[in-house]
Amino acid sequence: MQTTTALLQVLSSGIGTGAVYALVALGFNVVFKSTGAMNFAQGEWVVMGGMVTALLIGTFSSVGLAVVAAVVLVGVVGLLSERLTVQPLKRPDALVITLVTIGLSIVSRSLVMLVLGKKPVGYAGFSGNTALSFGGVSIQSQTLWIIAITLAFLVVMHAFFERTILGKALRAAAADREAAAIVGVNVGSTVLLSFGIAALAGALAGAIVTPLTLASYDQGAIFGFKGFSAAMLGGLGSLPGAVVGGLALGLLEAFGSFYISSDFKDAIAFAVLLLILFVRPSGLLGRADIVKV
Amino acid sequence: MNTPRRTDDLLEVENLTCRFAGVTAVDDLSFRVKAGEIKAVIGPNGAGKSTLFNMIAGVTRPTDGTIKFDGARIDRLPTHARARRGIARTFQNLQIFREMSVLENVMVGRHLRGRTTTLSGLLHLPSVGAEERAMEAAAMALLERFGLAAKAHAPAGSLAFGQMKVLELARALASEPRLLLLDEPAAGLPHAEADKMAETIRDLNRDGMTVLLVEHNMRMVMSLSHDILVLNNGRRIAEGTAEDVRRHPEVLSAYLGEEAADA
Repeated sequence: MQTTTALLQVLSSGIGTGAVYALVALGFNVVFKSTGAMNFAQGEWVVMGGMVTALLIGTFSSVGLAVVAAVVLVGVVGLLSERLTVQPLKRPDALVITLVTIGLSIVSRSLVMLVLGKKPVGYAGFSGNTALSFGGVSIQSQTLWIIAITLAFLVVMHAFFERTILGKALRAAAADREAAAIVGVNVGSTVLLSFGIAALAGALAGAIVTPLTLASYDQGAIFGFKGFSAAMLGGLGSLPGAVVGGLALGLLEAFGSFYISSDFKDAIAFAVLLLILFVRPSGLLGRADIVKV
Repeated sequence: MNTPRRTDDLLEVENLTCRFAGVTAVDDLSFRVKAGEIKAVIGPNGAGKSTLFNMIAGVTRPTDGTIKFDGARIDRLPTHARARRGIARTFQNLQIFREMSVLENVMVGRHLRGRTTTLSGLLHLPSVGAEERAMEAAAMALLERFGLAAKAHAPAGSLAFGQMKVLELARALASEPRLLLLDEPAAGLPHAEADKMAETIRDLNRDGMTVLLVEHNMRMVMSLSHDILVLNNGRRIAEGTAEDVRRHPEVLSAYLGEEAADA
């Protein structure tokens, strides 16, 4: 009985962490789909989401409003980042954009440090720092918020990509830039939009996880790395893959910490990344490209 | 250069040149496409036909010369802006969105006709739903017209080759273009399907569509086209009706050879 309770405990925390990784991975995948590039600034937007929310909580006196305002604000940062660094590129191929995002991440980190400070910040969970007990299994209320909010965001994203004409245009541009432009899709603005969505997803992840982890200007790299590993695990560019990869990584970390040692938590993501690159580079849900003759 | 514009010219190409790394793919080419006509561009491989199409559609930048559509210069506009003006095309090597459904392919083709296609448009949420339905209905009507309605929800990549060619045509028409650029619409199709494609193009033209066509199937070119432009090494060697072109000595030697003699 004792073990079952412990396992359920680990399971719930793994799902909570996994949901956050899924959001970060989704950001990676959206930009990868539209540009073919790895966006190294993704993790910085996670940090911004948490730190800006912390800053705004004083002003708005409502956590909900502060989160929404911070996420929108960071979304705008994502749009601006694309317009200032990617859009002016003469030759916007994937490698060049990837290199540009490395610069973007360094600049973002420095700006966050200068404007918002070096001190880690945090705030109470959305229902306070309470824990709910389900037959002996105690779950942080914030973990439930994380799962619910992530789920809602994924539903909205799915509807956007599948049901709206703009979402379809984005998918079309991701599949074949030339053909999309020929039928009138402004491919440049789909890249802009993908950076906006990636920043939204990252900021949301940061805003909901900060009550559990605190946010600090220098965490961007590790968030980015976890999100990247999750994206690779699920299959780069696949939106369902982001969810599967994020959850799988979150659970692996939680159970790894439980059975081995929490010292190995971050090493697990490295191990997963290497393993997936060796064994199945296209990811769990990715398909090897089959050329039809 | 200074010839007065005839009001019925939909497309005017003047002194168009395109060079890649020392190779002149299109060399000082001038021609016009009249509104309502079917014009074919023919010539041996490497004559510059594809480069010409890419320059008109906005995929390749001309080195020199101008392209006017409906009296206004378009040669500096980005691809999507030309689509907005009313130029649509199909590709020699099918470029459909294989992972998306047949219906979605046509809806993306139609997305120019929508108002809620921008970020700001998304904010008017109630109209998004209504417009989505209107677009879906219009796309569905096109699929019905081309006999693809039964496959509407299948992934486009699962269609047979001939159906994919028809789908690409339907996607191009979805934006309600005024000029249709067709890059080898009959290539790879068996006889019967090629004939059906020719019939479809003729019907579209009868309804007023202006068509510029690159095609190797001479039977199709000769039977469909009002006017034929023959290119060789990026230059015009002849232009005129099927009868004119068929008799042109330079065409006979440069390109058509036996095929023309037989016809």
